[in-house]
Amino acid sequence: MPRQTLDREFQHLQEEILLLGSMVEQAILDSVSGLKQHDLAIARRVYKGDAAINEKRFAIENAILVLIATQQPMAHDLRFLAAMLEVDTELERIGDYAKGIGKITILLGESNINIPVRELDRMAEVGVGMLHKALSAFINEDSDLARTIPAEDDEVDDLYNRIYHLLVASMISNPALIDHANYLLWVAHNLERTADRATNLCERTVFLATGELMEIETSSEDDELDEI
Amino acid sequence: MQTISSTAGEVTSRELRQPQSPLVTIKGEPLPLTSSKFVLSDLAFYYGKVQALAGISITIPANHITAIIGPSGCGKSTLLRTLNRMNDLIPKTRIEGQVFLDGDDIYSPNVDVVDVRRRVGMVFQRPNPFPMSIYDNVSYGPRLYGVTKRADLDQIVEFSLQQAALWDEVKDKLTQSGMALSGGQQQRLCIARALAVEPDAILMDEPASALDPIATLKIEELMQTLKSSYTIVIVTHNMQQAARVSEFTAFMMIDQNRAGTLVEFGETAQIFTRPKNRQTEDYVTGRFG
Repeated sequence: MPRQTLDREFQHLQEEILLLGSMVEQAILDSVSGLKQHDLAIARRVYKGDAAINEKRFAIENAILVLIATQQPMAHDLRFLAAMLEVDTELERIGDYAKGIGKITILLGESNINIPVRELDRMAEVGVGMLHKALSAFINEDSDLARTIPAEDDEVDDLYNRIYHLLVASMISNPALIDHANYLLWVAHNLERTADRATNLCERTVFLATGELMEIETSSEDDELDEI
Repeated sequence: MQTISSTAGEVTSRELRQPQSPLVTIKGEPLPLTSSKFVLSDLAFYYGKVQALAGISITIPANHITAIIGPSGCGKSTLLRTLNRMNDLIPKTRIEGQVFLDGDDIYSPNVDVVDVRRRVGMVFQRPNPFPMSIYDNVSYGPRLYGVTKRADLDQIVEFSLQQAALWDEVKDKLTQSGMALSGGQQQRLCIARALAVEPDAILMDEPASALDPIATLKIEELMQTLKSSYTIVIVTHNMQQAARVSEFTAFMMIDQNRAGTLVEFGETAQIFTRPKNRQTEDYVTGRFG
């Protein structure tokens, strides 16, 4: 194995991306926990914690760029670094979603708006579960597993639609709540996008393992198309 | 005196019809047969009893740059030299299979070897200008092929040096010795010398391995400008160079009998991002070879 040094660097990158992934997963779960408990301390911690996620993201990005510049990666090595760069960015954006939910929690303060806790909780649970499995598939270069994960996005989309209708109904019944209901719509949107980005990770895994650049379509996307 | 045993007489039983081109695609579209410059069919080559190449079938597209890569001793240069019968100069060599150039089997009995070498020029690893003036280096070939008028030779020399991106650097010192030029200039002089006899294809055997990075990049840029008029086949150990300059890449390895074989041939972009063969993958990622 003449490229032991490069392989060690790859292993280090995998460990770092898993660490970033766990930071992001925790941030999403904490952000929803802070929201449903009206716990501003948790919300502030998530909001400020995004800086550490960004820092880790840039450190990984820099390490990838240095390897591209100095090691002339080819074939699988090149796909690995290109996919890693993408995954790095996706995770950082999910961190932004958690930060956004933390900010909304702070803005809502002691608002008496009825938070759809059960639905938001479930969205976070499924989304973070997808993210966790997607990262595992990515590290193991398991394209078969990666192709199965995006189907779970259907439940997240259903939950989003349910929350949307609940919040629109509350806006209609009490226009004074429009601002706060809108904030909660953004929370649902951020959780919905978290699941979408987990799907993006799965597409990168297929690329890494097979070289195939493709979008994994979910059934809800087909349904949306039928409705147009 | 050398004994040349790789004569056309040994291959009289060959089928003189060009075989169907193995599938070559450019950006997913099949390459038309008329767009192939060389077609090699089940080629084998022997140095005495030692088999150096086995079962090589490959189509080399016209007006493109094809790189041949592979570990040392896998037969890259031997394969390159079969394309203009340069191996004929090595004693006790023997060839099986066919090499078609524009549809003509270059090993068939009625082929003029000198004409093959005019149609398929060669540039070597170390620049090897003749110990004569720059002008005479370039005009040597055309004179050999019968061009005698000074005006014609002047025109050929200027055109060839311009094509080789050397004219501006040497136009005021054409009578100076070619040996006095820098290594990079000497190599471009050798390219001009090859171009002066109006070849169809140019074979390059590690043409930049003795040059510094700037001279190397000049040769690589030159190759890009030449490919619209010529088919270029380059052997290189430098995989980054193969990736930079070529549109097609052939990866060779030795088989269990230590004969060179073709492992994978494809568009360079595919070979270096998603090779189909595990051995290619291991080689281009530096984990083997």
